Amino acid sequence: MSTAIETHEHDGHDEHHEHHIPKGITRWLYTTNHKDIGTLYLWFAFIMFLIGGAMAMVIRAELFQPGLQIVEPNFFNQMTTVHGLIMVFGAVMPAFTGLANWLIPMMIGAPDMALPRMNNWSFWILPFAFLILLSSLFLQGGGPAFGWTFYAPLSTTYSNDSTAFFVFSVHIMGISSIMGAINVIVTIFNMRAPGMTWMKMPLFVWTWLITAFLLIAVMPVLAGAVTMVLTDKFFGTSFFDAAGGGDPVMFQHIFWFFGHPEVYIMILPAFGIISQIVPTFSRKRLFGYASMVYATTSIALLSFLVWAHHMFTTGMPVFAEMFFMIATMLISVPTGVKVFNWVATMWRGSLSFEVPMLFALAFIVLFTIGGLSGLMLAITPVDFQYHDTYFVVAHFHYVLVTGAIFSIMAAVYYWLPKWTGKMFDITLAKWHFWCSLVSVNVLFFPMHFVGLAGMPRRVPDYALQFADFNKWISLGGFAFGLSQLIFLALLIKACRKIGDPVSAQVWEGAEGLEWEIPSPAPYHTFETPPVVK
Amino acid sequence: MTIEGKNNNKLIMKLLAVVVGMFGFGFALVPLYDVFCDLTGLNGKTANTAAVFDVMEVDESRLITIDFITRTNSGMSWQFESQTRQVKVHPGELHQVNFTVKNPSNRAIVGQAVPSVSPGTAALFLNKTECFCFEQQTLQAGETVVMPMKFYVDPQLPEDITYFTLQYTLYDVTSAVQDIAMKSD
Amino acid sequence: MTTSAFAESAATADNYQLNMRKGVTDLSVEVYDLHMLMFAICVGIAIVVFGAMFYSMLFHRKSKGAKPANFHESVKVEIAWTVIPFIILIFMAVPAGKTLIAMEDASEPDVTILVTGSQWKWNYRYMDNDVEYYSRLATQPEQISGKLAKNENYLLEVDRPLVIPTNQKVRFLITSDDVIHSWWVPDFAIKQDANPGFINDAWAKVNEPGIYRGQCAELCGKDHGFMPIVVIAKEPAEYDKWIMEQEAVQQQAKAEEQRLLSMNMSEADLMATGEKVYMANCAACHMPNGEGLPGIFPALKDSAIALNDMAAHIDIVLNGKSGSAMAAFSKQLAMSDIAAVITYERNAWGNDTGELVQAKDINAAMNGQ
Repeated sequence: MSTAIETHEHDGHDEHHEHHIPKGITRWLYTTNHKDIGTLYLWFAFIMFLIGGAMAMVIRAELFQPGLQIVEPNFFNQMTTVHGLIMVFGAVMPAFTGLANWLIPMMIGAPDMALPRMNNWSFWILPFAFLILLSSLFLQGGGPAFGWTFYAPLSTTYSNDSTAFFVFSVHIMGISSIMGAINVIVTIFNMRAPGMTWMKMPLFVWTWLITAFLLIAVMPVLAGAVTMVLTDKFFGTSFFDAAGGGDPVMFQHIFWFFGHPEVYIMILPAFGIISQIVPTFSRKRLFGYASMVYATTSIALLSFLVWAHHMFTTGMPVFAEMFFMIATMLISVPTGVKVFNWVATMWRGSLSFEVPMLFALAFIVLFTIGGLSGLMLAITPVDFQYHDTYFVVAHFHYVLVTGAIFSIMAAVYYWLPKWTGKMFDITLAKWHFWCSLVSVNVLFFPMHFVGLAGMPRRVPDYALQFADFNKWISLGGFAFGLSQLIFLALLIKACRKIGDPVSAQVWEGAEGLEWEIPSPAPYHTFETPPVVK
Repeated sequence: MTIEGKNNNKLIMKLLAVVVGMFGFGFALVPLYDVFCDLTGLNGKTANTAAVFDVMEVDESRLITIDFITRTNSGMSWQFESQTRQVKVHPGELHQVNFTVKNPSNRAIVGQAVPSVSPGTAALFLNKTECFCFEQQTLQAGETVVMPMKFYVDPQLPEDITYFTLQYTLYDVTSAVQDIAMKSD
Repeated sequence: MTTSAFAESAATADNYQLNMRKGVTDLSVEVYDLHMLMFAICVGIAIVVFGAMFYSMLFHRKSKGAKPANFHESVKVEIAWTVIPFIILIFMAVPAGKTLIAMEDASEPDVTILVTGSQWKWNYRYMDNDVEYYSRLATQPEQISGKLAKNENYLLEVDRPLVIPTNQKVRFLITSDDVIHSWWVPDFAIKQDANPGFINDAWAKVNEPGIYRGQCAELCGKDHGFMPIVVIAKEPAEYDKWIMEQEAVQQQAKAEEQRLLSMNMSEADLMATGEKVYMANCAACHMPNGEGLPGIFPALKDSAIALNDMAAHIDIVLNGKSGSAMAAFSKQLAMSDIAAVITYERNAWGNDTGELVQAKDINAAMNGQ
């Protein structure tokens, strides 16, 4: 790079850079640029979202009416399993990682991530991992069919050999996440611009920093669990086999020790996104910045103490159930604080309702509904009636779809003009929002009712009294799926740079380093660190 | 850039150490779980080794009812019965219950009995001084054996437990034993 | 009448049922009340939070001329909305703890039943009487595939329901033969996992006679949705009569089976009975055409075991295979049925060994000859 470029502070003169940007397939294969890698992660996540969504369509098609019309029960179980694995490890987590890659360096005034080459590897092993997982569906006997939670001994003694593909695939996804998390931590620790103290960092950066610590703490435990399943199945160990002195319930302890922090990994970045968007469209600073940081930290720490609330029916003694009930209820306190802080940010602000704000507001309402059903689930004696029913399915889809996924859509709408330099098609965006909002509630709200009425989860067929709600749920599902095609059309249009040019700030009220550089953001930004006051 | 690079390396090493440590921790959870269960009876498993019976004060004021359940798992052809279905004991007294096993097949089979107590917390207070579940048992074709189980209930058993159930599940572990024997040759 | 409405709650349930049922035990009503309390508190919280939010969305809009205020923190407010929710939680935790402790009462039951889950049915063994049987889904496959209309209790009916007395403490000891299942009867508010090699317990004192339906509540393989639970609660006198009858019936059946050992069935009878038994018990895994599911359930058509090794064939049907999903059918089927199904497997689908197996052959194998 020529020295002339490096003397520019807030780099707007990217004409010199334009012909240094590589082109073609090799650009994307070998890139170490955080913006390119962010784009790769985001497109990958969206494709996986559509694939996982297609599996959900198969599930809802089968559940549209009582009876088995479309698929065999064994294939249905493969659909529910792989739908879960794809959405968790292929859509939500990579999308958040894509946003981290795009935004963290710009938000802290750094030129790139700390470890750009490892960054490239972190991404490219993911399509490889998912090719392995998806190809297992085509093996003789089919792919994994034991739920994304792969409890033993269903996943060990009573599964087919595709389990080996599943284990290998999960190991690779885990390595990707761990490498990504290390990259995020080192970047945030070591590459903040002068003056960017810890308590000046944007909330998105804070929540991702805490998420990254959760990742390096628990992904290795998942690797252990999945390895134990492999050895129990193929190498004669007896971790989870009573005959050999093992205990199937121990699997659940180990899995959920990873599993519970994992769901916070899937929501903390969402909290960060909402904390960026709401202040902008309220034209008011985020209320209670410090308490938001402390609340996020408390949620992360508490998340290690609650894992057995997924196991209330396994036969734990009372004192254990009490402990986990109370610890779980406690998490609602810092989570509630965050919701109150967002509302306080809006309160007596000057609100406008651009599409990112629409998604953020929908997030606050619908995630809170999901959180409240979670509080109900925490109450052990009543959980005996909720556990493994559609009430649980309703809860986690509210927090993951109207929670995490809506926050990702909000983020994309918020930062897309910064990435492309053009405003997206607002008409398409509004159609996407309203169609998604209505259909997602038709899809998931009735699940509360059928769960309370007694419908278990992971079943391909059901008793007649559940038929009417299931029909509506399926219709909502088909509508929600179709609504995402509107988003696809909008994204293709945006990537082809069709739209009105935007300024550096894009949104009135937007504050932060990323809004001080031009739109589209130049290929290399902050090569000289800015000074933050 | 070199100073930053050095800083990066230190932090990277620390983070990698956390990753490796947590992977080890995942495996350490296995013995940790066993220890925790031994201490709290969390999963209803009784001890794997014989307890020692010291003469102690028998608590005549309490009568504890114990049910015995015997089951054979799929693949285990033995007949397995307890000679007594239920006993009522005072904590601190040594008792014996006999179990009959018969191998009706025409080959030698190795069996492993796995105990389980419900409610789980009672498992801590069931002390077995002699049990066929401590070792694998080999029965020849057609053989019938009476296996004794000697135990006493610890007087420390919580007041609110007056009744518990001990289940033995018998598994056929012949092939697992043969695998180990083959590997050690 | 409310009692009968609850007693038949699953069968005649409302198609748009919104809420959990109250159930028929004191504890299930406590659980329902707890659920309603939690729900009310959650609705209250939602009204306050969303109320503030919607007010703001209406009255603090830029388009209405609102100018943004300057405040962005307040320690007092943060403390208030940390402490108040904490106190609300205490109001939730105390009654919940009380109910939880009441559920874990391990005192002397009147009736004890061992419930064993397996793929994909339940076994009930009465520990106080010599009665034991399997309970399987009774809905015809033709209803599932849509060839016949679905009846009222579609997927919630079994061939042999569990029978228990009302007003007595019934203890359920729950375990599994293979993978983790879960025994759930919503009307009793009982759900306990069936863990292989371990037992869990639950208890219920049912107040109302009636029929109560539940389902397996832990993914256990392909027919997880097809292993329901039906419990009939009878008045104690009726229950006593029933259990005595069952003991007598079971003893007679055993005696009859021994008596019939000397008889031989014809090939036609063996094949007809064998096919019926196969479709009801084996086809779920080995498939009606005998081809199994490659990678999980082996084929019987053209298989070595069905064509050659008779002794091994009998052994595996009787005793199952440990470390696999093949169950032991000696406990589940009469000897004549086992003989018939093995005969069927050795002669159907072109296997054509011409071999016939009789009940006495099975009896001999079970006794080590």
